[in-house]
Amino acid sequence: MNAPLLQITDLTTQLGNPKQPSQVVDKINLEIYPGETFALLGESGCGKSMTALSIMRLLPLSGRIIEGCVQFSDVGDLLDLPEKEMRRIRGGQMAMIFQEPQTSLNPVMTVGRQIAEAVELHDVQRKTNSTKRVIELLDAVGIPDPKRRAKEYPHQLSGGMKQRIMIAMALAGKPKLLIADEPTTALDVTIQAQVLQLLKDLQQDTGMAVLLITHDLGVVAETADRLAVMYAGQIVETATSERFFSKPGHPYGRKLLKALPDASKRKQRLAVIPGMVPSLKQKFSNCRFVKRCDVAIAECSSEIPPWVFGSNNQQVRCHIWQSDTNKPLEQSILRNQDSGVLNDSSQDLHESQDFNQDNKDNQVNQGSKTLDQPSNNILLEARDLCVHFPIHKGILQRIIGHVRAVDGLSLNLYPGRTLALVGESGCGKTTAGKAILQLLRPTAGSVRFAGQELTSLSTNKLRPLRSMLQIIFQDPFASMNPRMLVGDIVAEGLIAQGLNNRSTRRAKVLKLLDQVGIASDAIDRYPHEFSGGQRQRICIARALAVEPSLIVCDEPTSALDVSVQAQIINLLKDLQINLDISYLFITHNISVVAYLADEVAVMYLGRIVEQGEVHEILEHPKHPYTKALLSAVPTIDDTGKQRIQLEGDLPSPADPPSGCHFHPRCPEATAACSLKYPDTVILSPTHSVRCEYAKF
Amino acid sequence: MQKTEYNNWLKIIAAKLTKFIRWYIPWMIIGLWLLAAILGMVLSLNPNAIDLTNILVPPGTNALFGYDDLGRPVLDRLLVGAHTSFLVAIGVISVSVFTGAILGGSAGFIGGWVDLLLMRIIDIFLAFPGILLAIALAGIMGPGIDNLVIALSIVGWVGYARLTRVQVLSLREREHVIAAHALGCSQSRILWLHLLPLTLTPLIVEATFGIAHIVIAEASLSFLGLGVQPPQASWGAMIKDGAGYMLVAPHLVIIPGLAMSLVVFAVNLLGDALRDRLDVRLNVIK
Repeated sequence: MNAPLLQITDLTTQLGNPKQPSQVVDKINLEIYPGETFALLGESGCGKSMTALSIMRLLPLSGRIIEGCVQFSDVGDLLDLPEKEMRRIRGGQMAMIFQEPQTSLNPVMTVGRQIAEAVELHDVQRKTNSTKRVIELLDAVGIPDPKRRAKEYPHQLSGGMKQRIMIAMALAGKPKLLIADEPTTALDVTIQAQVLQLLKDLQQDTGMAVLLITHDLGVVAETADRLAVMYAGQIVETATSERFFSKPGHPYGRKLLKALPDASKRKQRLAVIPGMVPSLKQKFSNCRFVKRCDVAIAECSSEIPPWVFGSNNQQVRCHIWQSDTNKPLEQSILRNQDSGVLNDSSQDLHESQDFNQDNKDNQVNQGSKTLDQPSNNILLEARDLCVHFPIHKGILQRIIGHVRAVDGLSLNLYPGRTLALVGESGCGKTTAGKAILQLLRPTAGSVRFAGQELTSLSTNKLRPLRSMLQIIFQDPFASMNPRMLVGDIVAEGLIAQGLNNRSTRRAKVLKLLDQVGIASDAIDRYPHEFSGGQRQRICIARALAVEPSLIVCDEPTSALDVSVQAQIINLLKDLQINLDISYLFITHNISVVAYLADEVAVMYLGRIVEQGEVHEILEHPKHPYTKALLSAVPTIDDTGKQRIQLEGDLPSPADPPSGCHFHPRCPEATAACSLKYPDTVILSPTHSVRCEYAKF
Repeated sequence: MQKTEYNNWLKIIAAKLTKFIRWYIPWMIIGLWLLAAILGMVLSLNPNAIDLTNILVPPGTNALFGYDDLGRPVLDRLLVGAHTSFLVAIGVISVSVFTGAILGGSAGFIGGWVDLLLMRIIDIFLAFPGILLAIALAGIMGPGIDNLVIALSIVGWVGYARLTRVQVLSLREREHVIAAHALGCSQSRILWLHLLPLTLTPLIVEATFGIAHIVIAEASLSFLGLGVQPPQASWGAMIKDGAGYMLVAPHLVIIPGLAMSLVVFAVNLLGDALRDRLDVRLNVIK
């Protein structure tokens, strides 16, 4: 290969108080070549974004670069450049896009003007006539009708469009390197697929290199040529993407891959990484991963591991890893690794001591459960549920229309089973969940819980029934009162149910915390003292306190890292087996659905377009939307996968398209689709779809 | 290396100085105010003793702050006046904050017509110039400290009600409130435990600024003769009495005026500092 475009040597960055700094980036070395996609992979708090900001020299006020050298293209060391010249590099030869396109755009400027600003700054010849270039750029990032769009403001565009605008701005200076910091994390899967494809196409056209920062292993597998795994401020492994996903070297990378939920792991527990990323304030004299590693040997805790070089340019910072030249050793490690998995799951079980069943028990139990046909006693039945929000306008607050957030939703939930409600953001799945719990009163339709109609009950009559239906939210911190002690938070349901004896309440809270794997001293601490995963456990304990038979889980793991997500999913699964709880699992994460759900319902614009058993939906999707949604999910093993690219965005639920809501985006639509909403087509006793053209 | 250390020292000193000015000085002044208020109550002072031999005597060795136009000791009157202004400020603030928080909180939480009605009432109150309304009320009810407190509270609660209502409106959509609903908590429990405690921070900051406002309002009303009645002492009444002798004996106006400015200044500084301190977001950056 030719000379690297970007060569970073020994880059070290510190944050915070100079007397007790956090070494967030610790002697990082990496090279990026022209035209390649290089991914920086790792969990939150591992220093990925700080590395990118150090390269751009855009660190927060409390951050500083201690040492290192960033050789870029023919410019030389970026760290030695005066600020004035650095400004020419930023947005010129090196551009950056961020996770949240909403906050990265100026809301009071038209997007055309914002792009023109970038063009005028970096393209000397265009200073006078930037408009033409703006239109060209908008066209390049695939924005339809660019002339009109250029005159619009950010709030008039959807999230995916805004990210395209950000990319257009980044392209204005014809960059040689584009740094993309979690560019698709805030977007839906179908939009994510569009944006990733766009980046790929642009890269081919312009020959720029991309430094992709992400925690999403699927995205990395689909886009990256080479990657580096970061852990606690250090790179622990670099490899080609292919090599990493077939033979990950560092135990951390292996664990991450094992922690990913998918259909093939249904019968087993997910691997978890116990503990947390160590504090970066300390000086390390050992392997940073040693406390969480289950194949660690004595040297790991006494010596800093050296780089070990393998074939295919794989480098791993680990004592026990041997490159594949030394086969027998590797196999012994692999065996070690296998036993490690067992170790680790028993450790996780130990955390939740109430479930002293071992792995085998779980499997048997679960096996019989999946064999069970859904029993006849329906736990929860929603029929034609509608939630319409009125849109007011004018002085008299006339109602000029309705946002049909949920528009005729019907579903059945059986005891002890998990129904996943899947769809993109804005399709009404969260509203549906709240309407089922009567936290939002539905406009029409019925919800029957264990035979009891809920929609007609008054707020006071509903209160004793509340304990049967619980909810867990996406953001565990926002769902706890920050001024209450954890013990009081968990006890709240008990008080609401009239358990007034202080000591029995305390005993029960301790038991609940134990059940979700939280130490008992948590009772006198505040929520902010806990990590994201622990907070979610506390939220689960609070819901469990009132002994519910149904829990609505509203994206409970999407704010968490992969390894923590695995812990929460394992916990939810254990609880279901032991307490026979039903879950209505609201998510956009298909791999979690594949691992956890028994049945799946796919929502599009307030209605369920397809529902059935999990294998029916995931293996034989019939609705064109389901097919597109499933194909858009980035996966590690993408052999023989055919991607169906959806055009455009989700239409507004205030003004849904005529006929079948999906027809404007549907690749298989015919003229008839725009006339009438399709009837339900029953494919099997469990599988039904709202599309006339669904083939049997 | 030497240079950076020197810079660090400068920075540390600057930071300490800023903290001293913004945090300790206001507390010291407020402490003095409180001390004066207590002394004005505890000590056997003679604020109303007329000594005709000492009329308009300027500050000097035998009387720290001199004597006024009737030969009354200014120091004694100042201490008693501190007591008055302190009582009025605390009284008005506690009544207004409490009423405002409860009414505004309920309006935001219950919503619907309750909210609509309450907001219109608040609008009406806000449409009047506050001090004018207080003057009218004090005029109707007659002068006196207790009526002064009532008049100022009637004007004062609306601001706190609006503040609490807006806070509650945004907080009630928070997930921990929804979770409490889902657990079956009663409405009053949710309001008391999950909503009102979280609105306290802005209320405390607002109330601090409110104290400054009340001290001035009390003085203005007393100056107009609607507050504390002669011969009782209050800072406003002292300024009023002294205004006629401004050129002959400026200390009659300057001393109570200075005391009042210091208190208002300290309270405003403290409000600023409190806002920064109680703001979680700023703390994270630190």
